[in-house]
Parts: sequence; structure tokens; C-alpha cells
Amino acid sequence: MSVSVYEYIVRTKDLSKIYTLGGIEVRALDNVALDIRRGEYVSIMGPSGSGKSTLFNMIGGLDKPTKGTVFIDEVDMAQLTASELAFLRCRKIGYIFQTFNLIPVMTALENVTLPMVFAGLTTDDALDKGMELLKTVGLGERYDHKPTELSGGQQQRVAIARAFANDPAIILADEPTGNLDLRTGKEIITLLKRMNEEKKVTIISATHDLKMIDVSDRVVWIRDGKIERIEERKDIDIKVGVMEGEEE
Amino acid sequence: MNENESVGSVLDGVAGKIDIEKQIVLPWSRALQMTRENIFVRLGRSAITASGIFLGIAFLTAVLFGAAAARLQAAVDLETLGLEHEGGELQARIIWLAGMSLLVATVGIVNSMLMSVTERYKEIGTMKCLGALDTFIVRLFLLEAGLLGVLGSAVGAIAGSLAMMLVYAGRISWSGTIKAWGTTAIEIGGAAIPLWLGIVISILLGGILSILAALYPAWRAAKMPPAAALRSEF
Repeated sequence: MSVSVYEYIVRTKDLSKIYTLGGIEVRALDNVALDIRRGEYVSIMGPSGSGKSTLFNMIGGLDKPTKGTVFIDEVDMAQLTASELAFLRCRKIGYIFQTFNLIPVMTALENVTLPMVFAGLTTDDALDKGMELLKTVGLGERYDHKPTELSGGQQQRVAIARAFANDPAIILADEPTGNLDLRTGKEIITLLKRMNEEKKVTIISATHDLKMIDVSDRVVWIRDGKIERIEERKDIDIKVGVMEGEEE
Repeated sequence: MNENESVGSVLDGVAGKIDIEKQIVLPWSRALQMTRENIFVRLGRSAITASGIFLGIAFLTAVLFGAAAARLQAAVDLETLGLEHEGGELQARIIWLAGMSLLVATVGIVNSMLMSVTERYKEIGTMKCLGALDTFIVRLFLLEAGLLGVLGSAVGAIAGSLAMMLVYAGRISWSGTIKAWGTTAIEIGGAAIPLWLGIVISILLGGILSILAALYPAWRAAKMPPAAALRSEF
């Protein structure tokens, strides 16, 4: 292993986010310490209001913590300028959201190639790469469709393709299956796991979808802004049942 | 960037903030393409946003046309009837009316631009997640405001002129309405500005006002932390 490659791609230390709502202090995150290894598939799980989205925002640099630090590859995110953060989001991190967040006036291909435009790829290179990615997620023929012409599952696939546009090292997924039905959700989870294995990308997902447990290397259980426990997949013994009508 | 390149090494290798900024680009051709898509794919919405500037410039055009037509009428009356019209008061009134119409147009544009930006907070947040620099966001909105402003003004100017030509055709005849284009519409600082020039200036002014009106909302939206922008529900 080369010296310049850090084992922990994401580290948080004493991470806290405190809101003052109507004079009352709300601790969305309370001294969270989390280390995530390169290439891991980690799921942050907890009920609504547990702080998993807040933790997601901190790790992704989408919001600033009140206290504590987030290290990406041992670089303190708080020390980064706005431009450096933008560079990080452009090249290193890919985001997937519950509401897909595709640009409505653009086609699927244009959505997928937008990050490549920011990264300075030529139009030809971007189009080729974009089509490749769309084919990888199974949407090669829908490249010129706008989001309104795509189903929820298809939009999320486009979003996943977009997240991989600039070969990021980390994929952050916030409730990726939240707006999808059972079958589509499973397809998306399978796709994410496949990308994790094929491209060796670290995937961090904040979710309350129990289907995600099966594909995760580790599960971080969070409640009331604190980490309750962290479990390795092999130590979790659950049987996820099969619903009637599902094909297995 | 592959998984073996760490953030630290990538940032260290780039000396200074300026180089980092050069690594993220938004070519003007792409910015223009995105602006065109934003306007024409959502044509109805764009029309509503541009309606403020449309009406304002249409009104301004009508005021200028009326001033030129009145001046023409006064010249005709002097020639044919020997009647002298009072010039100074008319001039002051024209300037007042023109100023008011610009003010009304500005209020309309500022409101429209504010709405247009606020409606798209989520899009802005998403683009920042894809790596867009703050300046890209501002650039895109200013381009859109400028384009909408000039288009809306142009259409408003045409509408205002046509309306006035129809109104005045009865009084100063059709040839008169054509002649009005070359007649002085307004005197600013001693310079006599013919109608056609006044209208061209109005269209440009509409574009510039739109850009200025979008500046603050766009800048504020670009500076929002992405988490806040993404929380918006539209």
C-alpha cells in the first residue's frame, strides 16, 4: 500500500451541530466520532430526527459543523476555501439524494455530463463518458429524455450515473430509496453495491431502509445525534423476508 | 480522480487558490446553452418573469411616442394654423412620465427576478453539489436576466409602438406616424433624442435593469450553504 493513500477516507472528531430554535438548544449531532475506510459500504441508520441527515451534510461539506472536525483524506474540511470545496464536490464526492435532484430542463445525458463540464472535459469526451455511464445503469436508450419523462427509479439511476461522472472516491447517498417502491428500491441498492464492488468506491448512505443492511460492510446506528453502536455486517443476524409477488 | 489519489495530494499539487478555480470551468458556450434551455423550455414561466419588463418598456415606449407625436402635431399646427403650443411644461411632463415608467418597470423586474431565483434554490444547491463555483450560479442567472430583459423589452417596445401608431394614425395620419420616428421625443441635457433612438435606448435599459435586479438575489442564492438550498421545497 502506497504511503500517500490513507486508510480512512473520512474521519470525524467531536463532530457536533447545535441549533438554537426558539431559545432552546437542539443537538442534532453530539460529539460524533466516525472513521470510514476506503472502499467500504457504510450505512448510517436511524429514525427520523436521529441526526443521520445532519451527519450526511457534515461529511459532504454541505453545511458547517458547530464544533468538531471532518477529515477527508486527513484534510480538515473547515480549512478549505469555497473553491477548494467546489473542487472536492466536483472531483472527489458524488451525491445521491432522496428526491433525485436532476435539473428539470436538461435531458438525462445533459444531467450526467454536467459535472464533467465543470471538470473541463471536452464535449466529445463528456458525451462518450456520459453514454457509457447511462448504459452502466441500464438507461442507454433514454439518454435524451427529460426527468419528467422518466419514472422515479429511472431518475435515480440517472442521478447515480451523474454521481459517478468524474470518478469520485466517495459516494454520499441520502435516503436513495426513500421515494421509491419496494422493487425499485431493491434494484437501486443492488446497483449501488455493484458500483461499490466494481469501481472500488466508498459508499456512505444515510437511510432508514432496512434493505440496505444486507449490502453494507458496516452499519452505524445513530439516535438523538449520538452513535448508538456500529456493527459489522457479519455480526448482524437478520432475515429480510420476501413479500408475496416478489421475484427472488 | 481515482481512489488512490488522496484529497491532500491533489490540493497540495495545485499552488494557490487561483489554480483551484481554474480547475473548475463553465465555458460560455455551455452557459449560454443552459440559459437558452432555462428560458425556452419553461416558456410560460419565463413570460411571466418578463411581463414586468414588458409592460414597463411598453409604457415607456408609449410615452416617448406620444411626446414625438405631440411635437409633430405642434409643428403641423404652427404651420397650418399658426398656433403655438406650450413647450416647456410638456417636456417636463414627458420626463416625469418616462421616469415613472422606468421605476414601475424596475419594481416589476426586481420582484420577478427574486421569485425566479427563489424558485430554483434546490437547483442551485444541486449544482453546487456537482462542483459549481458561486460565480457560475451568478453568471447563469445574470445571463438569463439579461436575455429575458432584452427580449421582454424588445417585445414591449414593439407592442407599445404599434399600439401608439394605431392610436395616432387618426390624428396625424399614417405618414405622420412614420415621420414620428425621426422626430425628437425627449430632450435630455440639451440633446434632442429622436424617437427611434429613444426606443433603442429603452430596450438596452430594460436589459441592464434586469441584470442589475437579478444581481443581489443571485449572489445571495449562490452563497447559501448547499444544505439550506437543498431543503427548499418548490
